[in-house]
Amino acid sequence: MSPLNIKKGSTSHSAYDLRDPHAEVIEVHTLAVLVDNESGVLARVIGLFSGRGYNIESLTVAEVDRTGHRSRITVVTTGTPQVIDQIKAQLSRMVPVHEVHDLTVDGPAVQRELALFKVAGKGEHRIEALRLAEIFRANVVDSTLESFVFEITGTPEKIDAFGDLMRPLGLREIARTGVAALARGV
Amino acid sequence: MSKAQSRQMTGARMVVQALKDHGVDVVFGYPGGAVLPIYDEIFQQNDIRHILVRHEQGAVHMAEGYARSTGKPGVALVTSGPGATNAVTGLTDALMDSIPLVVLSGQVPTFMIGTDGFQEADTVGITRPCTKMNWLVKDTSKLSDTIHQAFHVATQGRPGPVLIDIPKDVQFATADYTPPESARIGHYQPRTKGDPEMIEALVEMIETAERPVFYTGGGVVNSGPAASRLLRELVEATGFPITSTLMGLGAYPASGKHWLGMLGMHGLYEANLAMHGCDVMINVGARFDDRITGRVKDFSPHSRKAHIDIDPSSINKVIRVEVPIVGDVSSVLEDVLERWVARGRKVNREALAKWWAKIGEWKAVKCLSYKPSTKTIKPQYALERLEALTKGMDRYITTEVGQHQMWAAQFLGFEEPNRWMTSGGLGTMGYGLPASIGVQIAHPEALVINVAGEASWLMNMQEMGTAMQFRAPVKQFILNNERLGMVRQWQELLHGERYSHSWSESLPDFVKLAEAFGCKGIKCSDPKDLDDAIMEMIRYDGPVIFDCLVEKHENCFPMIPSGKPHNEMLLGEADTQGVIGAKGAVLV
Ligand SMILES: Cc1ncc(C[n+]2csc(CCOP(=O)(O)OP(=O)(O)O)c2C)c(N)n1
Ligand SMILES: [Mg+2]
Repeated sequence: MSPLNIKKGSTSHSAYDLRDPHAEVIEVHTLAVLVDNESGVLARVIGLFSGRGYNIESLTVAEVDRTGHRSRITVVTTGTPQVIDQIKAQLSRMVPVHEVHDLTVDGPAVQRELALFKVAGKGEHRIEALRLAEIFRANVVDSTLESFVFEITGTPEKIDAFGDLMRPLGLREIARTGVAALARGV
Repeated sequence: MSKAQSRQMTGARMVVQALKDHGVDVVFGYPGGAVLPIYDEIFQQNDIRHILVRHEQGAVHMAEGYARSTGKPGVALVTSGPGATNAVTGLTDALMDSIPLVVLSGQVPTFMIGTDGFQEADTVGITRPCTKMNWLVKDTSKLSDTIHQAFHVATQGRPGPVLIDIPKDVQFATADYTPPESARIGHYQPRTKGDPEMIEALVEMIETAERPVFYTGGGVVNSGPAASRLLRELVEATGFPITSTLMGLGAYPASGKHWLGMLGMHGLYEANLAMHGCDVMINVGARFDDRITGRVKDFSPHSRKAHIDIDPSSINKVIRVEVPIVGDVSSVLEDVLERWVARGRKVNREALAKWWAKIGEWKAVKCLSYKPSTKTIKPQYALERLEALTKGMDRYITTEVGQHQMWAAQFLGFEEPNRWMTSGGLGTMGYGLPASIGVQIAHPEALVINVAGEASWLMNMQEMGTAMQFRAPVKQFILNNERLGMVRQWQELLHGERYSHSWSESLPDFVKLAEAFGCKGIKCSDPKDLDDAIMEMIRYDGPVIFDCLVEKHENCFPMIPSGKPHNEMLLGEADTQGVIGAKGAVLV
């Protein structure tokens, strides 16, 4: 037996297995990343997440300052506290990144997402869908005799809940924007 | 001609002008359709020397060798499509080892981008993950600003490679040239000064440490000569032991009193055990790479750690530290020294003496000893002789990747920074030969030796043509074991001696190969002839390919097998038979 406890000629053992298994709790964080609005910047940010094995739960991006040429990327990600810290450090050191804010730890923040739901059905189902939409303050933005398109804004959880209710009532299609978020107060 | 008119120029001329303005004297490159306008400009001037390589990977490694041996950014120029894709390995290598490079690539004209044009490749897409930053310049009026920004980004903060992709029509079109002084280089301005509170905390750690160790890395070399000087001052003044990663060799002199030798997977016993047993670890410009830490969970379990790094993402990435200091090594070390002196230059001398006594015991193990032979050349012996015969010379060493690389790190001593160029993070076979040419171009009078393995060397051997053409008298010292030695070693130790494709068959006759290139070939297989052969290599005025036939089955020790902690080190062949169990148990 060698000191590695691998019998010569019999190893099914991988010598490359270096991952440390002691994992910590997984947290969900919403990050706001202010970047130069240049081609390739979004690809660089997304490439960081895929290349280093970080998760993206939701991602939105749009220019927020035309004269300053700045875009805001809102990304919801999950990971252990150490991984979240790494993500922030990795984002901060990127050349086109100006600021990184962790809205989950910086204080209270508002998070909103917009979604469109197409629901098709007749009779009871149709009436029930309309009634629930009212409770959720969803607007009807398109209707035919057999379908509705609802527009709903809210937290991702609210949108998930609305989706769950629509499913048995003839849910056909969903389009979601992903989360936009801002810290509360000034 | 009015001043305004004189600043109008083509994109191609801007490239050459901007390079001159950044003090570039050498460009390593290879022409092709998409960079012809730039080559036309290069032809019409004499300030910038162009080194025509034989493969674009060679160009990038040469630029790396140039950069690492001078501290200045290296520059490479490649054409679109295959020229750019050939540069990818070099870019990745430079990213991993934080080497400042500016790589210029040609691209199909803007109106053809996206049409799958001839020699079109999505170069910025392909190189995005292997550059610190890259740009596709679609407008000549933005070209000069972009080049200035590229030099800024490559050299500021943690250095790294950048790439500028320049479509051919952008090279032909004219616009105003902005000189570097008035360029808009963006907001990128990493912080270099360390947090005073953290510096105070580190000074306190130094004052109270009982078993301290400095663990230094490539960041010290990258930070510049001042960083090495300050590090030496701090080490001498505190009397603390110091070890370094592969990348940091030379920042503290190998002849220095406090030097423990390299640490890590093939590092010295005393260095690794000092890391394992220390109570205070001061990481200066290193990144807790897995070749260093071994099993993370058991890494230096009883120490408080400080980490100085210019890149905040290096801190707490792998190992959690109590005292994180984001900043440039020289700036931080200066502040640390200043505070430590101001507070009375305190260290715990008594504890330190005990610590050195313990280290003395580890040193006495003589972990680098090997079984000598009078019949075959042991690779370690070859390097000992190379070291002895070149000591004190104006010497630069590059290496390929494998056992020979680790032996070179163990058996050669480096007294100064920027004298040792090796592919650390990426471990790129084929790095050493082109890198040696890049070093030699920067230091024409110096003795530049590439310590190579025969397999690695073959990967970029076409660059001997470059060495010949540009009279770069590089010495290729090939430790030829007719094996992919490092692979063979892992297979022996970890894969049940199943030597799957780890031998070098159908090797060329290296002496004849040298003759074919028009340089000198030397072959040596008898230890008795080795000194004379090495002297012949050194004295020869031109490139030499030295085929040093060494013991074929030698293993590189010490070795910490992947995923093992520092105190489970294999010291020699005997250990692989199971002796380490007992011995390891008595260690710290
Ligand atoms: C481009 C590349 N391919 C594969 C490897 C994996 N590898 C690491 S060392 C090694 C063997 C190197 O053989 P040689 O150059 O003869 O050096 P030796 O170990 O025999 O000294 C190989 C294949 C690598 N590091 N780089
Ligand atoms: Mg070999």
